[in-house]
Amino acid sequence: MIKAILIFNNHGKPRLSKFYEHYSEDTEQQIIRETFHLVSKRDENVCNFLEGGMLIGGSENKLIYRHYATLYFVFCVDSSESGLGILDLIQVFVETLDKCFENVCELDLIFHVDKVHNILAEMVMGGMVLETNMNEIITQVDAQNKMEKSEAGIAGAPARAVSAVKNMNLPEMPRNINIGDISIKVPNLPSFK
Amino acid sequence: MPAVSKGDGMRGLAVFISDIRNCKSKEAEIKRINKELANIRSKFKGDKALDGYSKKKYVCKLLFIFLLGHDIDFGHMEAVNLLSSNKYTEKQIGYLFISVLVNSNSELIRLINNAIKNDLSSRNPTFMCLALHCIANVGSREMAEAFAGEIPRILVAGDTMDSVKQSAALCLLRLYKASPDLVLMGEWTSRVVHLLNDQHMGVVTAAISLITCLSSKNPDEFKTCVSLAVSRLSRIVSSASTDLQDYTYYFVPAPWLSCKLLRLLQCYPPPEDGAVKGRLVECLETILNKAQEPPKSKKVQHSNAKNAILFEAISLIIHYDSEPNLLVRACNQLGQFLQHRETNLRYLALESMCTLASSEFSHEAVKTHIETVINALKTERDVSVRQRAADLLYAMCDRSNAKQIVAEMLSYLETADYSIREEMVLKVAILAEKYAVDYSWYVDTILNLIRIAGDYVSEEVWYRVIQIVINRDDVQGYAAKTVFEALQAPACHENMVKVGGYILGEFGNLIAGDPRSSPLVQFNLLHSKFHLCSVPTRALLLSAYIKFINLFPETKATIQEVLRSDSQIRNSDVELQQRAVEYLKLSSIASTDVLATVLEEMPPFPERESSILAKLKKKKGPGAVSVELEDGKERGDYLSHSNGSSTPSPSADLLGLRSTAPASGATPSAGSLLVDVFSEAGPSATSAGVNDDGFLRFVCKNNGVLFENQLLQIGIKSEYRQNLGRMYLFYGNKTSVQFVSFNTTVSCPGELQSHILQLEPLVEGGAQVQQVINIECLTDFIDAPLLNIKFRYGGALQNISLKLPVTINKFFQPTEMAAADFFQRWKQLSQPQQEAQKIFKASHGMDTEVLKAKLLGLGTALLENVDPNPENYVCAGVIQTKAQQVGCLLRLEPNAQAQMYRLTLRSSKDTVSQRVCDLLAEQF
Repeated sequence: MIKAILIFNNHGKPRLSKFYEHYSEDTEQQIIRETFHLVSKRDENVCNFLEGGMLIGGSENKLIYRHYATLYFVFCVDSSESGLGILDLIQVFVETLDKCFENVCELDLIFHVDKVHNILAEMVMGGMVLETNMNEIITQVDAQNKMEKSEAGIAGAPARAVSAVKNMNLPEMPRNINIGDISIKVPNLPSFK
Repeated sequence: MPAVSKGDGMRGLAVFISDIRNCKSKEAEIKRINKELANIRSKFKGDKALDGYSKKKYVCKLLFIFLLGHDIDFGHMEAVNLLSSNKYTEKQIGYLFISVLVNSNSELIRLINNAIKNDLSSRNPTFMCLALHCIANVGSREMAEAFAGEIPRILVAGDTMDSVKQSAALCLLRLYKASPDLVLMGEWTSRVVHLLNDQHMGVVTAAISLITCLSSKNPDEFKTCVSLAVSRLSRIVSSASTDLQDYTYYFVPAPWLSCKLLRLLQCYPPPEDGAVKGRLVECLETILNKAQEPPKSKKVQHSNAKNAILFEAISLIIHYDSEPNLLVRACNQLGQFLQHRETNLRYLALESMCTLASSEFSHEAVKTHIETVINALKTERDVSVRQRAADLLYAMCDRSNAKQIVAEMLSYLETADYSIREEMVLKVAILAEKYAVDYSWYVDTILNLIRIAGDYVSEEVWYRVIQIVINRDDVQGYAAKTVFEALQAPACHENMVKVGGYILGEFGNLIAGDPRSSPLVQFNLLHSKFHLCSVPTRALLLSAYIKFINLFPETKATIQEVLRSDSQIRNSDVELQQRAVEYLKLSSIASTDVLATVLEEMPPFPERESSILAKLKKKKGPGAVSVELEDGKERGDYLSHSNGSSTPSPSADLLGLRSTAPASGATPSAGSLLVDVFSEAGPSATSAGVNDDGFLRFVCKNNGVLFENQLLQIGIKSEYRQNLGRMYLFYGNKTSVQFVSFNTTVSCPGELQSHILQLEPLVEGGAQVQQVINIECLTDFIDAPLLNIKFRYGGALQNISLKLPVTINKFFQPTEMAAADFFQRWKQLSQPQQEAQKIFKASHGMDTEVLKAKLLGLGTALLENVDPNPENYVCAGVIQTKAQQVGCLLRLEPNAQAQMYRLTLRSSKDTVSQRVCDLLAEQF
């Protein structure tokens, strides 16, 4: 079973956390910090497996992670999961994100947390894998987007109009979005480790 | 077209996130967040009803704030309201908020359940999936109560969409895990199992997780899944890489599902049906073969997927542990991976080999990789991999390679990562003990362990080495010498000082002959460490000093000087002060005899399961320790072995450390002066009738507690020479009231003569009186003398009758003889009535040392190298009576497997053979 899925950046800022077992909010934050601490001190080119931190069950659980550009994707799993299988799953997840966001980067995860959650929900449910076929996942996500669009077509229009107007009053707006981060975009998949 | 188009998101949200990201400090961030929280709160509380879009936006903001690690204590109600929206986007964000933020014991569950119920019956697959996800994420008992009946129906219904089926399967799994009692499979079982045949691979993927979990809990009900899983697996394995279309991942057909199928099969033993089994073996062979084929892609994803299946196949082969051919192939495959350039594969290969090492078919094959594994331990850059290498070395260790492995682990310890040192130390200690051929190697290893990694040597480890040294006299001199040398290092670890103090205190005399380690040199060496040590160690050293006074009277003045110094006798630590005062007094008041008795050498520790092993198990979880000690041993605890002290203080133990309170096996000796004199106090006997429970315990020993009740304790010490015996009885009054009219009589059978010295009729409260009985054996006998004790306690007459432990074997004279002599005499005593034989079940452990001690205690000589079978024991002795001497030969054949013994006695007198045989048969 997958106990938790964590995504954080090179500085330990969480970008997604999904726990499939109940922990208090405090503990969840501590687990994220502990996991970051364990994972980030490891060299590149070492293996992708390590024993879990004390907070999430110690050596009973394994952390399986991949490091893509600025982001760590960490799955905490128990002994019933195949290590290499989970590595593949992380890859499928990232490739799916990449397809959905067209060259996914850290900013996409920041500004579309809800979308990332939805995509993940199509793959993993209650800690078990629901679907591994990328096309199937994308089809589902597409269907959701279509529904969103059609709804936005009716109800979203006024809101969009308002925000467009607001936007005109905010010429400095684009600067507020930290454009500096765009340089750390994951260029394309083959370079992924 | 990207599935998520950018720019049409919520502007307000984007602005907020950007603001947060532009905050220069944590304080600024918190300020901004608080401002936003206040804003959202006012919006939620405001009079104006919010439209769905705004609610969604604010809920998204809350989610973001939550992700940053801030508590969110409101918004739940708004999220629940979103659930009942008809708009997908709003409903979806509501569910998202709830699955991230609501835990199972929230009060909102009832409202949420209502919304879920509506969505489940909506027949809109998207809404149904959202609802199922929510149940799976929250998984509370209330939800199980509400939906456990409904979900199986959705799962197996013919018209359910595939995507809903998938979600329903995992949702059910989650509920089953959370509340197994509420999920009743019964009627659904076979239909759920048949999901393995579903057309849609996604449904199979989801269903297999459910089936695996259910099978592991109720293997019998789900047995039919084995053949279905095998045929599904076989279809995948034999399919071409393009057959499964989207489920082919980097040219590997359905790797995830294959792994899961192989996992499911690991819930069961090998299939009984020959055809199924044949098909499965074929699959496993195909998987192993594919590993040797050239890769279809250079991408790491391709090899990952392929190897994921391979590792699961190997796990299954190891799980079956019945196909030697496959096991050896698996082992060879793992051997290849050990040298693979992919670190992940090396890691996984080491991990799998660990389980393979415990299979009898492949243990030898695993051992051939020892050099590679040692190399991995030395050169891997990754601590995760090194740790697996250490685990594997531990698992593959046996008598043939123990020295090499222990040496390598020791040398690795010098540079090992701090995180795994303690575990390594435990493992080295266990291996060293388990495979010690000669105990000097064992002592060297443990002392090295303390030298290299002293900080990580837990109490159990050094307790253990002391126990072993105490229990084995052949290693005591060596241990004393080695520890003495080790202590000479300018800086040595405190644990070394503890071991040194203890061992020199017990066995320093064995090396005192050498002027380089004369008593005073030994003492000065120990004392030079004293001031650097912690209180418990100092306490131990003080005890070692008093033992020195007993061992080496010439050190008495020096040690008394030390004890008398202000830093000891006025030490601010109560324990140290008390020890100094008591030991000083003891050494100056007590006569040499008393001192020698009080400070006698420690008795052997009882042998039980190793506490080191227990500690490792605790550390790693029960499954992690694959190596079991062959002869279970455990440290005896120090506290229960006090030889008796002259003060009834809580620290009466001479060499005990208070911090190490015993977990088990302590005799009820605390504080009682009388009991302490006989540390082997057994369970107290009742006073009714004649008591021979105590009697049989004394066949092979001469000293101990014969009897004990609430009032009285009777200790016994006896010695025998030729046909004469002298027995000292110690009557201890355990009460604070005096016994009056205390009177004892002995009635002997005719074959014995006894003389008893009468006592004073008063025994004061808390006092102990001693009585001597002289016994002469006229001829061989069966009945034991009876001791009758009468006294008045608070007016009530007490009457106790005991069998005195005088048995025929007490008059044995040991006779040493060579094998040839023994067999000749054995043959001479071949008449049927001269032999007595008994076959009986072992009622105690069959430990060699214990057996030997008992046979020696019997009074005969234990003849080594006589019996052609080294497991057997033979003994010889002559029973001395006034009338005649009776030669007696004994043979004991233990059968460890059956836990049985055969005991044969031959003697020149039939009654003697029979009696000794009867007595001894009760001892094992």
